[in-house]
Amino acid sequence: MNLPVDWNPAVQAFVYLAAVLVSAKPLGIYMALIYEGKPALLNQWLKPLENFFYRFSGVDPAKGMDWKAYAVAMMIFNALGLIMVYGLQRLQNFLPLNTMSLSRVPPDLAFNTAISFASNTNWQNYGGERTLSYLTQMLGLTVQNFLSAATGMTVLIAVIRGFVARQAKEIGNFWVDLTRSVLYILLPLATVLAFFLVSQGVVQSFKPYGKASLVQPLKGETGQDVSEQILPLGPAASQIAIKQLGTNGGGFFSVNSAHPFENPTPLSCLLQLLAILLIPAALCYTFGSMVGDLRQGRALLLAMTLIFVPCLLVCYLAEQGGNPVFEQLGIDQSANALQPGGNMEGKEARFGITDSALWAVATTAASNGSVNSMHDSYMPLGGLIAMWLIELGEVIYGGVGSGLYGMIAFAVLAVFIAGLMVGRTPEYLGKKIEAYEIKMVSLVILIPPILVLLGTAVSVILPAGKSGILNPGPHGFSEVLYAFSSAGNNNGSAFAGLSGNRFYYNVALGLAMFFGRYWLAIPLLALAGSLAGKKTVPQSPGTLSTHTPIFIFFLAAVVLIVGALTFFPALALGPIAEHLMFKGSTA
Amino acid sequence: MILKQLKTGFLVFVLLTLLTGAIYPLTMTALAQKFFPSQANGSLIRQDGKVVGSSLIGQNFGDPKYLWGRPSATAPIPYNGSSSGGSNLGPLNPTLRNIIEARIKKLKNADPENITPVPVDLVTASASGLDPHVSPAAAFYQVPRVARLRKMPEGEVQKIIRRYTTARFLGLGGEPVVNVLRVNLELDRYGNKTKS
Repeated sequence: MNLPVDWNPAVQAFVYLAAVLVSAKPLGIYMALIYEGKPALLNQWLKPLENFFYRFSGVDPAKGMDWKAYAVAMMIFNALGLIMVYGLQRLQNFLPLNTMSLSRVPPDLAFNTAISFASNTNWQNYGGERTLSYLTQMLGLTVQNFLSAATGMTVLIAVIRGFVARQAKEIGNFWVDLTRSVLYILLPLATVLAFFLVSQGVVQSFKPYGKASLVQPLKGETGQDVSEQILPLGPAASQIAIKQLGTNGGGFFSVNSAHPFENPTPLSCLLQLLAILLIPAALCYTFGSMVGDLRQGRALLLAMTLIFVPCLLVCYLAEQGGNPVFEQLGIDQSANALQPGGNMEGKEARFGITDSALWAVATTAASNGSVNSMHDSYMPLGGLIAMWLIELGEVIYGGVGSGLYGMIAFAVLAVFIAGLMVGRTPEYLGKKIEAYEIKMVSLVILIPPILVLLGTAVSVILPAGKSGILNPGPHGFSEVLYAFSSAGNNNGSAFAGLSGNRFYYNVALGLAMFFGRYWLAIPLLALAGSLAGKKTVPQSPGTLSTHTPIFIFFLAAVVLIVGALTFFPALALGPIAEHLMFKGSTA
Repeated sequence: MILKQLKTGFLVFVLLTLLTGAIYPLTMTALAQKFFPSQANGSLIRQDGKVVGSSLIGQNFGDPKYLWGRPSATAPIPYNGSSSGGSNLGPLNPTLRNIIEARIKKLKNADPENITPVPVDLVTASASGLDPHVSPAAAFYQVPRVARLRKMPEGEVQKIIRRYTTARFLGLGGEPVVNVLRVNLELDRYGNKTKS
């Protein structure tokens, strides 16, 4: 009953996208009820727990905050997370649950990892199984996987309230939004997913690493006999579930979701893929539901999907097409019933090309830095798609919360541009878009490219930056460009040939991640505050409707044009040059 | 205002850390150990009372009488379980070409009569460096060599390979794969059986 090979990738992609889009609506509406404090089963059953949280920490849930108080609360909370992750790494050799007696993490790496996890980037300069103790993974990384995701959701909800509120100062209570995100959304979903992942073979154990006697012993580096293999363990499934649901992406193990203990089967791969896009897609409906017009949310979701599908197609074709160099060596790269074929360097046999390309495109679209194949070994155009999706600003689904607030910024920009064309004061969802709003939106759209391009330019000039490059030629430039794209847009995946774990990159990428996160979140909260204070303008026949196919295409075009114009010169020096070299070498 | 927020923030942080960083992983561990003890502890394969590997983690096989798995780029030794990693070599990198050429040569030297083109996954490094599988094409490619060196009928080797082949999930997800370690353990068992 195997389907013909040719159809399999298309059917897999269709089933996957359909599953995401179908589950987005109910989950999105559920989340809207949660944030609005309306009854939705779980928040009735767990109400006493929620109330205990507020009593214990002195939160008055009925009291709203203006945007500045909201921003201050968010920054305080994120600073605590940063300090915690940093401290745990620096002290892990004195703390319990360090079963493998790992030493303390050096300060620059600890700094990088702390920002990486607080900012929902999850860039990995650490190598999980050889760097971090079980305690650091649990109390540091797992916690930040939840809290950084919840932070993104709170900022988004505040922005949505800005549109909903009328002549108000307040945009909600940060502590309430945060608590509800964790209690009613992230934790229940993670529990279910973690359980399924364990059933597939993802490890979940506090035992020290296991040992196996090798069937065929081998000679080590210095000629010594090696007859045992280390089998790493740890509380992995619990962390991996939230790593995907929260669009975090930081691996429990060094190679992330390519590791057989982190992603053992095609089913675990599908479940994780679903988890990656689930909440970002569903939040579109949360947005629609809260502004009282589901079509508004659906329009943003469709604009995202419109960009996603062609990207997937190009990436898949580039990888399945294989490497012309392999062709010259007489290797069989054809796809047939017995082998996936294509460019299999840096890919796992169980995932082949289809699941690898799906994963690469979904994770780079969604600011989820996890990988199940090595992007550095992708064909130039395959790698280009991954890099460019990140550079679009992580708004194609994007991170939980952050993806949609980025897309809302683009929608405001699109409305503004349309307004300029017809000469009317632009309005979005009944709120007049004026100079202040456009200033904030410009910050949100311009800061990441500045971080990316400036960081890349400086790094390819400085010896400290150049010496980390692995691959020669344009591909080496791509490694650096990818690193800053990933850090500046809080994605977290890498062209991992770049030696990121050195002082220069730990600091430079750490700073890029920090500003890429908070310099966007704060202007957005300011935008929310300004919108909340405005009156709602009644709809008139001249109002631009923002749910129609025309607007959806227009919005997608604005995202694509901004992304293409900003990054084309840099991409031309990297993947595009490399692609042309291939054409030259095989002509 | 900031002082009060600091205190609130600290207390919320403590509670959420306990909930998501202690209660949640501990509960999941308890559930995992109860319902899926084998999977939760690394899907170990035991033989004669000792652990000979995990069905999810590949091992390095270079002896021609064994089925070979994916090349592994882990350092310092291949299939190093304590340090997963891929080659990260770019597609045009001359080093990649040289390494792959050497791998093809090694395969040809071990079985000069085999003139069919080499399946791509048999000469390219996996992403994790621990890939437990090869494609069925890569497994069948090696059948003549393994059968000859073990003095087994080719059909028997193929039968063993088929036994440890996993089809696509629901005929749709992932790729069909052969578990290399399991095949090799079975090949050794077959040899022992015929000897005794």
